[in-house]
Amino acid sequence: MLQKIRQVIAFLFFCIVTLLFLDFTGTLHAWFGWMAKIQFLPAVLALNVGVVLLLIVLTFVCGRIYCSVICPLGVFQDIVARIGRGKKKLPYTYSKAKNVLRYSVLVVFLALMAGGLTSIAALVAPYSAYGRIANNLFAPVYQWGNNLLAYFAERADSYAFYETEVWLKSLPTFLIALLTFIIIGVLAWRNGRTYCNTICPVGTVLGVISKFSLFRIEIDKEKCRKCNLCARRCKAACIDIPNAAVDHSRCVTCFDCLKQCKHDAIHYRFAYGKKEAAPSQPTSQPKDKGRREVLAGSLLLLASAAKAQAVKKAEIVKLDGGLADIIDKQAPKRQTPITPPGSQSARNMQQHCTACQLCVSVCPNEVLRPSSSLDTFMQPTASYERGYCRPECTKCSEVCPTGAIHLIDKAEKSAIQIGHAVWVKERCIPLTDEQACGNCARHCPTGAILMIPSDPSDPESLKIPAIDTEKCIGCGACENLCPARPLSAIYVEGHEVHRII
Amino acid sequence: MNKQDNRMNRRDFLKIVGISTAGTAAALTGCSPKESAETSAQNPVPTGKMTYRNFPPSKDQVSILGYGCMRWPTLPAPEKGGNVIDQEEVNRLIDYAIEHGVNYFDTAPVYVQGWSETSTGIALKRHPREKYFIATKMSNFDLTDFKSSVEMYHDSMKKLQTDYIDYYLLHSLGNTGKRSFQNRFIDNGLLDYLVKEREAGRIRHLGWSFHGSKEEFDKILAYHEQVHWDFIQIQLNYSDWKHASGRNVNADYLYAEISKRNIPMVIMEPLQGGRLSKVPEHIVARLKTRNPENSVASWAFRFAGTPPMVLTVLSGMTYMEHLQDNIRTYSPLVPLTQEEQQFLLDTAELMLKYPTIPCNNCQYCMPCPYGIDIPGVLLHYNKCVNEGNMPQSKLDPNYAEARRTFLIGYDRSVPKLRQASHCIGCEQCNPHCPQYIDIPREMQRIDQYVEKLKQETL
Repeated sequence: MLQKIRQVIAFLFFCIVTLLFLDFTGTLHAWFGWMAKIQFLPAVLALNVGVVLLLIVLTFVCGRIYCSVICPLGVFQDIVARIGRGKKKLPYTYSKAKNVLRYSVLVVFLALMAGGLTSIAALVAPYSAYGRIANNLFAPVYQWGNNLLAYFAERADSYAFYETEVWLKSLPTFLIALLTFIIIGVLAWRNGRTYCNTICPVGTVLGVISKFSLFRIEIDKEKCRKCNLCARRCKAACIDIPNAAVDHSRCVTCFDCLKQCKHDAIHYRFAYGKKEAAPSQPTSQPKDKGRREVLAGSLLLLASAAKAQAVKKAEIVKLDGGLADIIDKQAPKRQTPITPPGSQSARNMQQHCTACQLCVSVCPNEVLRPSSSLDTFMQPTASYERGYCRPECTKCSEVCPTGAIHLIDKAEKSAIQIGHAVWVKERCIPLTDEQACGNCARHCPTGAILMIPSDPSDPESLKIPAIDTEKCIGCGACENLCPARPLSAIYVEGHEVHRII
Repeated sequence: MNKQDNRMNRRDFLKIVGISTAGTAAALTGCSPKESAETSAQNPVPTGKMTYRNFPPSKDQVSILGYGCMRWPTLPAPEKGGNVIDQEEVNRLIDYAIEHGVNYFDTAPVYVQGWSETSTGIALKRHPREKYFIATKMSNFDLTDFKSSVEMYHDSMKKLQTDYIDYYLLHSLGNTGKRSFQNRFIDNGLLDYLVKEREAGRIRHLGWSFHGSKEEFDKILAYHEQVHWDFIQIQLNYSDWKHASGRNVNADYLYAEISKRNIPMVIMEPLQGGRLSKVPEHIVARLKTRNPENSVASWAFRFAGTPPMVLTVLSGMTYMEHLQDNIRTYSPLVPLTQEEQQFLLDTAELMLKYPTIPCNNCQYCMPCPYGIDIPGVLLHYNKCVNEGNMPQSKLDPNYAEARRTFLIGYDRSVPKLRQASHCIGCEQCNPHCPQYIDIPREMQRIDQYVEKLKQETL
């Protein structure tokens, strides 16, 4: 019974959290956004004391039920393991705790967090690791499915579905997600919850608490016939039958073992006062693989943007019809990266963001993508080649579970300066093509762009933009809609600390 | 009903032409609900009943339905030589048209990215030259000097694979300045040259097509005394009869003035590029109630064909269904009664309440150097106007649905990078628009409306 309840709730949690990463329309987040916000590490980073306390109390009372129900990566591993074990009912065996590894990973993790390298530390954080997998691997499939429906909807003259663009936001992040998926997938396929009990820093922390949990799995030594059925069913490999002991720091309270026992020797019950010393076991298995691929991957990003295009040729006799080629926009080199409004400052972002990609998943304007620079690796950064930070949208601030992007409303958003526009004279269309333009000024939501004569002595000369940086909020409308291609004649430089105007 | 239409269509079609699978596929494409003209399912497409017009001293018996070669079906990607037109389909359409009595084909050097003359020439070459009349034009808009213009004239003959042109037009007169009649034809001596070509028999009839102001019209018409215009091509339909858009002149005036001089007229834009078949629902109901068997478009064609001084009515038929529907309407033409004409003029008044933009999708403005799909944007806008998907306020009862339809439909009709928000207002398109639409202004107006929908600030 307990096992069934756990399975149902866990499955619901898993599906909805996954959908948070898939639903690009942002409708689900209004209802279930809290499911991301009760994740342990995000709650800690958001200084969400209530949630953290609640999770600690939950673990102290019930054991690591968090790992079995709330954590999407945990449930993901259960699903993989279930597929992996196939018809085999009893695939696992007990193994000793690898405490040295566990605690050293935790120490390194905490050190990185303290040192501000949250995004590197987040490589092993469970929720954000799952987020990256969902966003990079599952979301494209979901979106293609949607686009197929949109294709049919269009032909049926229905507006129920609309097409969305599937694009590779960052190759290094994609590779990290793929690698995480493979490593954790293989581990889960073969041995169940290996990751949770060796690497996962949240698992380790909760394990310390669950050691002393009020309710837990207990083996009745009297009744136990040492048949090993429960241990062979334990995906956490934490039931030590020869000693009739359960390693409660590793037990994820999945209840799978309970119904295995033919002799009523194993129970989930209140067991205060009785304590088992977990035998510590030194190991020296290097588990730190794959972290350095980061560097190699980031180089590849540079190559993806460039695309050769024929130079626009002025035709002597204009013929009717046809469409002019449009050269893809390229991202300018920004001295200071842009972080989304609500993130307050580059430092706040860097310290709080676990790079779960939830904001990247919901950004409807194709502005946010994972950063490829080392110090903010995989954390969101804004760029305006594909769209701009539209005035009516505050989606990223609504979904962020870690306090890296604080909740803001539309009015606040239009007053937060996340950067300022910079004009590049050499590319400006009135000067290069001798055509009237002003598309930047027309689309500036704060009226920060004035059009001034290009020739100071001739008020009738073609107008060029002048930016009032005091009014500019850095939304990128000007950069995105600038007709100069591939590089815009006006672009946004980020601000390290956001300001209110 | 609709389904049955399509089936009948195809069956007729198979019976008459007896064609390949390619044909079937094309007919199916043509059946897309947006594009196909409705057809009356009952009667098959008649052969040998086409109405013909003749204006002595010319001996030409011209079919009242003329084929406009400005809207040929195009390929998804240009073929090897660069031709963007679906030649196979053009061959089929022209064969079918000729078989059903159409004998007037109107093209121009600038149509369909410059490929219309070539493709039309290829298709017509497969028929005896005396079976059809070719009309083409002097489109010297950019290079107005004598040499370049004459080159264009010879080029047309070469592309059309002919050594004479039946109907030659001074293309789209009515502009002022650099593109004026004066500059394009008088100052450079080109008109004298063309008159000589007529004397030599290489041009059988000389005329001009017109979009513009009354002053220019009167001035050019006055040249009749010296030049003797053999025909004039004007925009005439039941909407433009009394309500021409922009700087254009009402068709009733044009028709009256030309008739006074006894010059036959070729009619263009009888359907306003489809705007008179894509009409609001209750207009459809109004026309259908009057005559349930006939298509909405057939009313417009009967209106354009009824005036006695009309030589032929041009229709840019992209799809077989359009061609078939028009052949039905004109085989033979049943002229409108006075009462029916008034009924259509009243209909035009009703349609004025729908503030569509008078774009006929002629593509003269294209390509926009900054990549915008101008007709695409305007057509989407008009569609939403006609279908009532233009909420004026958040409080409108259908606001949410109409907003969604407008915005999603916009992205479907026009790729984001080709939408109105990218219009920089350079105005290079404006001189090309025969309807005198201030395109950048409309682009910016539509863009602002889209912004209001997106930001929900209506």
